[in-house]
Amino acid sequence: MDLAWIVGVFVVAVLGTAVAGLVSKWIDRKVTARVQWRTGPPLLQPLYDILKLLGKETLVPRQARRAGFLLAPVIGFAAACVAAALLWAANIDPSRTLPGDLILVWYLLMVPSVALIIGGASSANPHAVIGASREMKLMLAYELPMLLAVLTSVVASGFTFNLGGLIQSAGAGVAGKITMAVGFIIGVLCTQAKLGLVPFDMAEAETEIQGGVYVEYSGPPLALWLLTRAMMFALMPIFLVTVFWGGFAGGAAGVATGALKYVLVVVLLVLIRNTNPRLRIDQAMRFFWYGLTPIAVVAVILAAAVF
Amino acid sequence: MLAALKRWALKKSPWVYHVNTGACNNCDIEILDCLTPRFDVERFGILLAPSPRHADVLLVTGGVTLQARGALQEVYRQTAKPCAMLCIGSCACSMCIFADGYHMAGPPDKVVREVDPDAFIAYVPGCPPKPEAIILGAVKALGAL
Ligand code: SF4
Repeated sequence: MDLAWIVGVFVVAVLGTAVAGLVSKWIDRKVTARVQWRTGPPLLQPLYDILKLLGKETLVPRQARRAGFLLAPVIGFAAACVAAALLWAANIDPSRTLPGDLILVWYLLMVPSVALIIGGASSANPHAVIGASREMKLMLAYELPMLLAVLTSVVASGFTFNLGGLIQSAGAGVAGKITMAVGFIIGVLCTQAKLGLVPFDMAEAETEIQGGVYVEYSGPPLALWLLTRAMMFALMPIFLVTVFWGGFAGGAAGVATGALKYVLVVVLLVLIRNTNPRLRIDQAMRFFWYGLTPIAVVAVILAAAVF
Repeated sequence: MLAALKRWALKKSPWVYHVNTGACNNCDIEILDCLTPRFDVERFGILLAPSPRHADVLLVTGGVTLQARGALQEVYRQTAKPCAMLCIGSCACSMCIFADGYHMAGPPDKVVREVDPDAFIAYVPGCPPKPEAIILGAVKALGAL
């Protein structure tokens, strides 16, 4: 673990994830447009949006907590960057990862949501506070089944808590297990909630609470939020592919099949988003706790029993 | 050069916020038409923003009533600068038949210029203007920005 390797992976991972995230955002908007019989925006549209916001004025509401309001997007962005570096490092060289980096990545991927709650709650806007409270409830709802789903993969590969180990054991045939497929599907549904995509976008519901947590953000902080969201939109599919589906390892062929899996997951997320109406927060919690959690528990137990 | 980049990016992704200051609702329906699949303004990067803080262009319809006057000025102050304003419909351009109304505070451009004398304001006349006219107006306004 020399310094050059760490810095190199960090830079490549952050840039790569940002590009992948912006392209995925474009895929999202384009597929949505095609589903609605529209033409949709040009490929660089997400980049234009961020460039434009960087050039605009930053407004801070008079009653807002200034430090929390402005620091929250930075915290979220930083966490997304580090998570990106760890995920990419595991995929570039599965034999060289940190021990236990699965747990670290897991927590880092949670930080942008927590930062969103901090930012929304400190912006002194009732809509944003409602959005923050909904985001908090949503986190309580989806984290449990998501954790159990990841645990399925961990158990199935003989209690490996590092990403490199998971990739290698998935390559050794673990990815074909039924319980892994169940875990993957649960993971996709929880990812939908983590990314705030439509059936679970009650934290920012434009039509009822006007963008919720983002309502008071403008200019560069909003650009940072959009970039963080775009990066998460790339990171969560990469995380799913890495944990359940063998990742991107294995030379050029591995990268190509990995990219294919990644695009599949992204399009799946977008199609779920386009074919569902927004749920109420209590419906979402019931779905995750009473619907997905028992299935995930059964999957973990069966994974231990070699299915 | 940075300023040129800023202006270019602004033209590429103008997010709009819709303000009704006393229109008869017909202009508002035409604005919503622009967002439908048939006209699909997302092709030009135009998105409907949920909050004036995110907006680059305010779409104002209707002459400003005395009640809406403060609200319009507040919304203009809340919009992150640089921003533009598009007066849509004859009412918003010239007050139309409401020019002598006892309850009117004046056309939106006058009301906004009280807050910001250098506001960038464009006009799309018509009662109501067709969606094509609104899109053309928006494109020309962005070209002049
Ligand atoms: S311009 Fe015509 S359609 Fe538009 S608000 Fe005025 S009266 Fe209504």
